[in-house]
Amino acid sequence: MKTFLNSKKLMLSVAAAAFTAVGVFGGDAAAQQTIKMGMSAPKTGPLAGGATVTHWPNVKLWVHDVNSRGGLKLKNGRAKVEVIEYDDRTNPGEAIKNINRLATQDKVDFILAPFGTGFNLATAPIFNKLGYPQLAVSAITDKIPTLTKRYDNIFFMLGSTSTFTGSVVKILKKMRSDGKIGNRVAMVNVADAFGIELAAAARPVFKEAGFEIVYDKSYPLGAKDLSPIVKGAKASNPDAFVAWSYPPDTFALTAQARINKLDVKAYYTAVATPFPSFKGKFKDAAEGILGAGGINPDTPELKAYFKRHKEVTGKDADYWASAVTYASFEVLGQAIEGVGSIDRKAVTEYIKQHEFKTVIGPVKFVNQNSERFWTVGQWQGNKFYGVSSEGRPGARPVIDKPDWK
Amino acid sequence: MEILLGGILLGGTYALIAMGLQLQYGVARIMNLANGEVLVAGSFGALWLFTGAQINPILAIVLLAPAAYILNYFIYLIFLRPLVRRAKSEGQLEVDSILSTFGISFIFIGLLHAIFGGEYFNYEYLEIPFEIFGQAYGVNRIIAFVGAAILAALLYIWLTHTRSGLRLRAVSVTPSSARLVGIDVERTSAMAFALGGAVTAAGGSLISMFDTFDASIGVVFTMKALIIVILGGVKEIRGTIVAAFILGFAETAVATLIDPGLTLAAAFLLFILVLLFRPQGLFGRQSS
Repeated sequence: MKTFLNSKKLMLSVAAAAFTAVGVFGGDAAAQQTIKMGMSAPKTGPLAGGATVTHWPNVKLWVHDVNSRGGLKLKNGRAKVEVIEYDDRTNPGEAIKNINRLATQDKVDFILAPFGTGFNLATAPIFNKLGYPQLAVSAITDKIPTLTKRYDNIFFMLGSTSTFTGSVVKILKKMRSDGKIGNRVAMVNVADAFGIELAAAARPVFKEAGFEIVYDKSYPLGAKDLSPIVKGAKASNPDAFVAWSYPPDTFALTAQARINKLDVKAYYTAVATPFPSFKGKFKDAAEGILGAGGINPDTPELKAYFKRHKEVTGKDADYWASAVTYASFEVLGQAIEGVGSIDRKAVTEYIKQHEFKTVIGPVKFVNQNSERFWTVGQWQGNKFYGVSSEGRPGARPVIDKPDWK
Repeated sequence: MEILLGGILLGGTYALIAMGLQLQYGVARIMNLANGEVLVAGSFGALWLFTGAQINPILAIVLLAPAAYILNYFIYLIFLRPLVRRAKSEGQLEVDSILSTFGISFIFIGLLHAIFGGEYFNYEYLEIPFEIFGQAYGVNRIIAFVGAAILAALLYIWLTHTRSGLRLRAVSVTPSSARLVGIDVERTSAMAFALGGAVTAAGGSLISMFDTFDASIGVVFTMKALIIVILGGVKEIRGTIVAAFILGFAETAVATLIDPGLTLAAAFLLFILVLLFRPQGLFGRQSS
């Protein structure tokens, strides 16, 4: 593998078939100075579907935005941004190799963080060793304190596993005390690191809050038929349904819940619920469905962002990590401008010390963790609104999920 | 009852996934690792026809199956026939075809990715509940099952009751003797391979009604198809169909009675048991 990955030319010819490297866009004025950004995330493999919605369009949008205003302002003039993209094929080994290659062979000035919790954790040591700041967005873990202590160059923006599950429980508690739901919770999860970790974190919190978990099952990633699980959940007669799910199963569970008329006042599915395609598929039936993330899409900054996202990339942004991903690039860009050069050490320090103005509002890192983030959202009308957040204003009240039509 | 019906519907889906590979592997002797990609291409084709021209996925088969037939015919002629000619033994052909089709699968992924992009796709077609014995099932799943049943019946009747079907079976059993009785083995193999592709694409079109898919999900289908084909006995389409339903029942029963998390384990346990006690597959004949 290593030998034929050595020359870029050869690499590109291989890429047509193997789809490993995808190309370079950005700077059009060759004479001008440029800042080279490296990027490794999935274009193929199980995580590609999520990355194509949340990650890649924002790389394109940010480069477009920066370059159309002339580039980043450095001490010695403006520099346009150029991006080198690699596909990690949803393979952590490949991701580490890509990062290494970006630093040592393409000699990029900065590397944008990869996509997915596992991938950010897997590449953290190499980012650290090479001395590149790593602004992890799509990474939710309870290991944030440990990791930030160990690596002085990693930053987190999307929250931790326990705040995530905690806020779902908080919402259910509120609904219970309002007399809308009872004590019975049906919980299912995808049997993979993400789902298992969230389910394990949720179990004691539900119990502590006095909820009874009446159905608690997992299903394998890529299962073709989720109707037994939904039928089982329905038979347990729950008041609330919570699924720690991944994109394909978020869709499949919801389709089955509708077919089987699993009517609960609180229905939660995790990843991909805030995707525009979720609304696209379920249309009015999406009303009242709770999901991971959320955002306040009605701020002027975000309204403009959603509009620009559609114009530049031709796609709709999702209602959660899309804008945060974009914000992470903004932070990096502003830090580079603040320092006025591509001194990576100084840029990392700058990120730690300053507050940044971004599309999602002000971002400030405390112990390398942005403590303001959204945790739960809900489809209300045509938008997915944040209904629970840590430190972000504008959360909407939760509505009862209407029965399936 | 719930398990029986659920199992039948899931079995139908599995039959759609596996029948094409059986033709390709059992008759044309190509262990086609790009099979899942052809299925996904069928799904994308159905999506494209449905969203672009309001052609429903069932009618879409009329367009997709012939297109897949032609495409697979050329894939066979260009990429695989040279391997067949060169191969000195069945084992060597197997290794060569695995490597070659593995590469072809990447070309498929690349093309689908370039054309449709990498996101998840699905669309909404007949996702309405239909009640049987008090339990609701998606109409689209029932249609997929009926489609699988029709396809299976057609294939079976064709293989057992027509001359060309007989030729196919002869090649499947012993290619060398088939040649002796005047069968053009190369052409028959090409036809079997192309037909397998067409069946797979038709399956993809039906499955796309209720599945969420993306450009690189094909390998999931390939693995399932492989298990089913080997479970049923490589050279018997009947075996594949029966195996698909057995797997469907087993998974639904385990999901309903024990734990949905164990469906994969159940499938592999079944697979291991068959490999241990009937290595030729449920319907396979002992090789001489």
